[in-house]
Amino acid sequence: MTIKFVLLVNKQGQTRVAKYTDSSLTTDERRALEAEIVRKCLTRVDKQCNIVEHRNYKVVYRRYASLFFLMGIDAEENELGILEMIHCMVETLDKWFSNVCELDIMFSLDTTHHIIDEMVANGCIVETNKANALTPVQLLERVS
Amino acid sequence: MTLRLRDLIKQVRQCKTAAEERDVIAKESAALRQAFKEQDGTYRHRNVAKLMYIHMLGYPTHFGQMETLKLIASAGFPEKRVGYLGLMILLDERQEVLMLVTNSLKNDLNSRNQYTVGLALCALGNICSAEMARDLAPEVERLLLSANPYLRKKAALCASRVLRKVPDMLESFMEKAPSLLEDRSHSVLLAGVQLMLDICAQQPAVAEAYRIHVPLLCKILRSLLMGGFVPDYDVGGINDPFLQVAILRLLRVLGRGSADASDAMNDVLAQVATNIDSSRNAGNAILYECVQTIMAIESIGGLRVLAVNILGRFLGNKDNNIRYVALNTLARIVGVDAQAVQRHRATVVECVKDADISIRRRALELVYALVNEGNIRTLTRELLDYLDVCDAEFKPDLANKICMLVQRYAPDKRWYIDSLLQVLVQAGAYVKDDACRALILLVVNAAQLHGYAVRTAFRTLAAHFDTAQPSLLMVATWCLGEYGDLLVGPESGKVLEGEEPVSASEADVLGLLEAVLQRPTTSPACREYVLTALAKLTTRFPSSAESIKGMIAAYRQSSQLEVQTRSVEYSRLLAFPAIGPQVLEHIPPVEESAYDASLEPSEAASAAAAQAASSASAAADLAALLGLDAGLGGLDAAPAPVAGVPAAPPAAAPSQAAAVNALSDLLAGDLLGGGGGGAAPAAAAAAADPLAGLFGAPAAPPPVPPAAGPTITAFQKGPLTVTFRLAKGATPADTDILASLSNSGAAPLEAFTLQAAVPKQMQLKLDPASAAVVPPGSTGAVTQRLHVHNTMHGQKALVMRLRISYSLGGQSVLEQGEVANFPPGF
Repeated sequence: MTIKFVLLVNKQGQTRVAKYTDSSLTTDERRALEAEIVRKCLTRVDKQCNIVEHRNYKVVYRRYASLFFLMGIDAEENELGILEMIHCMVETLDKWFSNVCELDIMFSLDTTHHIIDEMVANGCIVETNKANALTPVQLLERVS
Repeated sequence: MTLRLRDLIKQVRQCKTAAEERDVIAKESAALRQAFKEQDGTYRHRNVAKLMYIHMLGYPTHFGQMETLKLIASAGFPEKRVGYLGLMILLDERQEVLMLVTNSLKNDLNSRNQYTVGLALCALGNICSAEMARDLAPEVERLLLSANPYLRKKAALCASRVLRKVPDMLESFMEKAPSLLEDRSHSVLLAGVQLMLDICAQQPAVAEAYRIHVPLLCKILRSLLMGGFVPDYDVGGINDPFLQVAILRLLRVLGRGSADASDAMNDVLAQVATNIDSSRNAGNAILYECVQTIMAIESIGGLRVLAVNILGRFLGNKDNNIRYVALNTLARIVGVDAQAVQRHRATVVECVKDADISIRRRALELVYALVNEGNIRTLTRELLDYLDVCDAEFKPDLANKICMLVQRYAPDKRWYIDSLLQVLVQAGAYVKDDACRALILLVVNAAQLHGYAVRTAFRTLAAHFDTAQPSLLMVATWCLGEYGDLLVGPESGKVLEGEEPVSASEADVLGLLEAVLQRPTTSPACREYVLTALAKLTTRFPSSAESIKGMIAAYRQSSQLEVQTRSVEYSRLLAFPAIGPQVLEHIPPVEESAYDASLEPSEAASAAAAQAASSASAAADLAALLGLDAGLGGLDAAPAPVAGVPAAPPAAAPSQAAAVNALSDLLAGDLLGGGGGGAAPAAAAAAADPLAGLFGAPAAPPPVPPAAGPTITAFQKGPLTVTFRLAKGATPADTDILASLSNSGAAPLEAFTLQAAVPKQMQLKLDPASAAVVPPGSTGAVTQRLHVHNTMHGQKALVMRLRISYSLGGQSVLEQGEVANFPPGF
């Protein structure tokens, strides 16, 4: 019942953020995995379901304009719950960047990672309240 | 001077080709290396941020690992944060650098700034290794009881990682985890529930102790359900669905196998199942979890009915995600309550045809679980219909599933033959060989269906000749060859009930086979099958024997060795009218167990060895067969007198019949095994175990073909002999060596190791030995593989130095030796 990875990918299939909690993968394997998953998910049409099985992962994905948010989970995890979690994450990013777009994420890679870290740790959901998740990020912004 | 992160990203974005991007990255990486070498502290965090970006693009970044450690050790929060981010992203727990960070983590965990502690907990939770977990567990344990909810939640998740790495620390965390359930903060509650779930997964016995918390969990769940609007954790009108899902999951673990605990939660589960608003995704997520819990615990019947009804509603939902999870859940509960799932069979079968592959896969799994003797006919028809229209990527799965279902549940043999032939027609390319073999085996053993099988095979092959895949060709040609006489003779009129009569003449059958032979796309293996079928038909169609001989002889010059071999061998065989009919007789029924055994290579080999040793008749077979084989070989070489056969070894006369049987075994073995293997091992296997050989000869070759390559004695001293069997690898420069160790002494050689060294122009790969003990009096019982790649192959010959150590009767022995007697060419 864990989240194995979180990926943000654009419409062209370029990875924008990648975060793994499954440490069994080496860097090369990760790259290969991303390519395979992206190829699978991006070709799907809207009316197909948001869950794709790949290797021993289930990938739950959601598309927001030109950005795809993907989460790899194991068989025990609640797929619908993860779908909701992705939405929650997008709302949080949206609140932070006010209308988040691909460029925001690209140029603020570290902040994006920070926000995701506040929401997901060790493959589990930590925080789903937007304000709570953003407080540490806000404080940091003030310091630097 | 290195670029700013923003500029680097811009540059990368402007790249038009991958090569350009590589250049930019290479240049920047070089600049970064330089900066790291100069110990430039001011831009360090910017540089590590760039590394993270480079890493995300998939380029190597190992050179910056030490920099992240330096950042973590620095005092400023922004630097620390980038450092920890780098740690989580650039490193993984296998890297030894990680050891160096333990101390900084310890300092940060004891920091007074909650965000510094939070960072450290987050990093530890994501990457900690077993050693770190052991060192830092006391800090995590302390933080679990911290007054600050921000730290409590992070510590709880960190703790579950620590426990996963070091399970023996379970004791101390086990008692603290439930105290988190008293917390008022939702996120701490969530983390606490997740920690308890993790502990129960690690140590299922703990669930017993945690059952006393069921009432509390139910209370929390009820308050989430019934409480008013709480804006903080509201998702579309549902109060913290994530926490509800987690609690339901914990209830599932606690209620499983305990009637009391299940009783305590029945009410609240019923409340969830009836009260949750199913118009939203969040609500469905909870219902989905709730249904799984109800089906897993010892719940009352009424509750189960409620759950199954919810699943029914899910299946009928238009949203594909919901249907997916419904199928997923049905697949999970089919073992618990098959009846409930059977009720939805029609819907599930519909889902196999869904446009979405995720749903199709799930549905197919489920159909597979749903099939039984009662519904196999209808379900297989549905699946076959679908096999025709489904997309290519799905066909292999579906075809194999159908084959397995038919094999398992077929109500009668005729239906079995029909269904499998149908699969072969529609998706022959994806059907595994053993399904074809099983089909042929079934036909052989069903004496009353021989005629039916050959008529069906003829009809099918004639109708689908243009599209027939090798698997169909093989099965059909085999049937035609074996039972061709039943197709054209007086037998052909005896059709079964509901079967169309076939009118075929000998010429039709031969024409069809010839068409297969001449089709340019026919594979060599298929041609081999056809040639064998033709050889058999010489006795079945006596009037056409001459023209058949001509067809076989036409391939004497085939460029495909196996095809040529068969053509030549059969031509010779047919030159002896005295033995032909006996050799080519119908195959007798085969014991399925013997056939199955032959599919297990190792078992078959040992069984064959045992049988060869114990059974005198098998030995006679062997002698007779080899004799016959040698006789034929002799005939091939020179047009010797017919006496070739009787002149074969002493056993020939009394065991004439045995020899004939053995040869027919050989033919059948080749025939059914697809003829992949060489004739010699096939003959040996067939002879050693006639029954196993009948079907499995090439499928079960002896583990190592005896004639693999030259053998040299590499080392001999005392009781130990090391022999090398050499074989060329993928290229002439590669040599595969199989070292066999023999012990002629009376005591075992224990703790045996063999090491080897080669000159520097060669590369050596050494596999571990198959055992560490060389038993006394053994020859080749222990083996070890070596692979040598000689980069100067042809200029420098192979040499090798060996270093061998073992202990003999408690005394350790160390030997060294040089191997320079590799044969030329290696």
